[in-house]
Amino acid sequence: MSDNPVLSFRFRLRFEDFEVALAHDMRLVGITALFGHSGSGKSSTLRVLAGLETEADGTISFDGEPWQSPAPDNVFIPPHQRCVGFVFQDAALFPHLSVAGNLAYAESRACQRQNTTDLAKVVDRLDLEPLLQRHPTSLSGGERQRVALGRALLTRPRLMLLDEPMSALDTRRKAEILPYIAGLPAEFGVPVIYVTHSVDEVAYLADTMIVLSKGRKVADGPVAQTLARLDLGPATGRFEAGVVLDARIEGHDREFYLTNLDVGGATLSVPLVDAAIGTPVRLRIRARDVILARVEPKQISSRNVLRGTIQEIAEEPETPFAETLVDVPGGVIRARLTRASVADLELSPGTPVYALIKSISLVGSVAAIRN
Amino acid sequence: MPDMGPVLLTFALASITTVLLLIVGTPLAWWLAHTKSRAKPVIEAVTALPLVLPPTVLGFYLLVLFSPNAPLGGLWVTVTGSTLAFSFIGLVFASMIYSLPFMVQPLQSAFEAVGREPLEAAATLGASPRDAFFSVAVPMSLRGFLTASVLTFAHTIGEFGVVLMVGGNIPGRTKVISIAIYEHVETLDYAQAHALSGGLLAFSFTVLLAVYVLNRKAPLNVG
Repeated sequence: MSDNPVLSFRFRLRFEDFEVALAHDMRLVGITALFGHSGSGKSSTLRVLAGLETEADGTISFDGEPWQSPAPDNVFIPPHQRCVGFVFQDAALFPHLSVAGNLAYAESRACQRQNTTDLAKVVDRLDLEPLLQRHPTSLSGGERQRVALGRALLTRPRLMLLDEPMSALDTRRKAEILPYIAGLPAEFGVPVIYVTHSVDEVAYLADTMIVLSKGRKVADGPVAQTLARLDLGPATGRFEAGVVLDARIEGHDREFYLTNLDVGGATLSVPLVDAAIGTPVRLRIRARDVILARVEPKQISSRNVLRGTIQEIAEEPETPFAETLVDVPGGVIRARLTRASVADLELSPGTPVYALIKSISLVGSVAAIRN
Repeated sequence: MPDMGPVLLTFALASITTVLLLIVGTPLAWWLAHTKSRAKPVIEAVTALPLVLPPTVLGFYLLVLFSPNAPLGGLWVTVTGSTLAFSFIGLVFASMIYSLPFMVQPLQSAFEAVGREPLEAAATLGASPRDAFFSVAVPMSLRGFLTASVLTFAHTIGEFGVVLMVGGNIPGRTKVISIAIYEHVETLDYAQAHALSGGLLAFSFTVLLAVYVLNRKAPLNVG
């Protein structure tokens, strides 16, 4: 078994008024987000990969092994022989079995291959011990998804497919389950393809992303670069738009409960984080949380100001808004302005600016602290 | 003490019919619950026919079908040496057709209620379609199986018109409870008619009560 299997697919799936047609080859490393709005075909794509959509025409191969291939080969490996873990939007636990029964169901049908995942490890890593004797109907949404994750892992899958596992959860439950998902590749040695429509989840979890729109692939690549692309505007959303930056814990200010982060030589501060100095973290900065200024702002409450240069401006026709991309130390950030501001400040590519950042979220850091 | 012959014969007929219909009706109900075939409404209508047809109509056609001159009846005579009409085997055949909707409809509803997702989940957990059927669909449809079996059994016990047409009134072979009651009334033996009728009434009520009570309870859990 190679460490990073290659997944290739090229398929077409027709619905009454909609068609998904995708071609993509990827080396599966860590978590790959399959991102798009509802109706973009992302869930259908995941189901095709799992073998749950028998109507799809095309070719799929995993690690050199054909999963699906059209005539004259006519290969179609059914889902139960693909050795793929699938987590459904609403968990799909078996209501006639207890939590322990659900886990045992998967374990007794596990793929025969080298993999050390067993019940004890899954129960330990996903904190399932207190749930084992419970009944699926008595679990909260977050607990159900944790059990579903554990159940899928117990089949010892070669690939985990997660279909918006958090879409039915409120923000707090999401925060509870995110670290478990983030830890899957490292803890269980299994690559993950994660379907979502949330930029926050992509920023938190994913290393690479594929952006879908109306059944077609519109972009793919590392998360930081892809989220910084202004041309994907409608596909990556406007309200949620933003970038991720790699940073490092520089120091803690215990008096004011702040943690300083080093971002490419510049310093940003966030509320105190319980992590060792030097720990790499990922930051997410939303475009709507960034203000641009032509002169250095003084005597303001915001502590996070980065110097940079305008790289790109994308005005959105027939709206008041424009998205800008600003080169800053350690990467780029996006800022959402009004077109009027762009005109008033005489912004154009190359203009030096100060970017005031109103809000920064640390993503991926919780998993880092846990380990 | 009434003659127990018809009672035993009736229960034997109902038990055998129920078991055979479980075997035949389950795949049919599964197919109806999952097919996208355009033939589905046709098959559903045929399955439901015994609900609306007068038993005498059903019995009449079965009698024609069972005649040694008809293909089925003739084949049966050639193979077994006896006729289907006026035999216990003939009654089993007739009962299976007469009670088919009572087996298929509750099962089909139960399978439809299970839906596709648990089966897809089972598949991604490594269960073959056959495995998923027995380990997920059947346990999740237990109540449907219970309802279907009880209704089939009870309905077969109450069979009259079809039996009269294809079975006649042969003690030990085709003389079931309902026929025996009819005969007792014809001969003005009300005491015997009361005993059998009262027994059947009590039995039917108990069975239906049991089904409704079970249906009110929380989902059946196994394991």
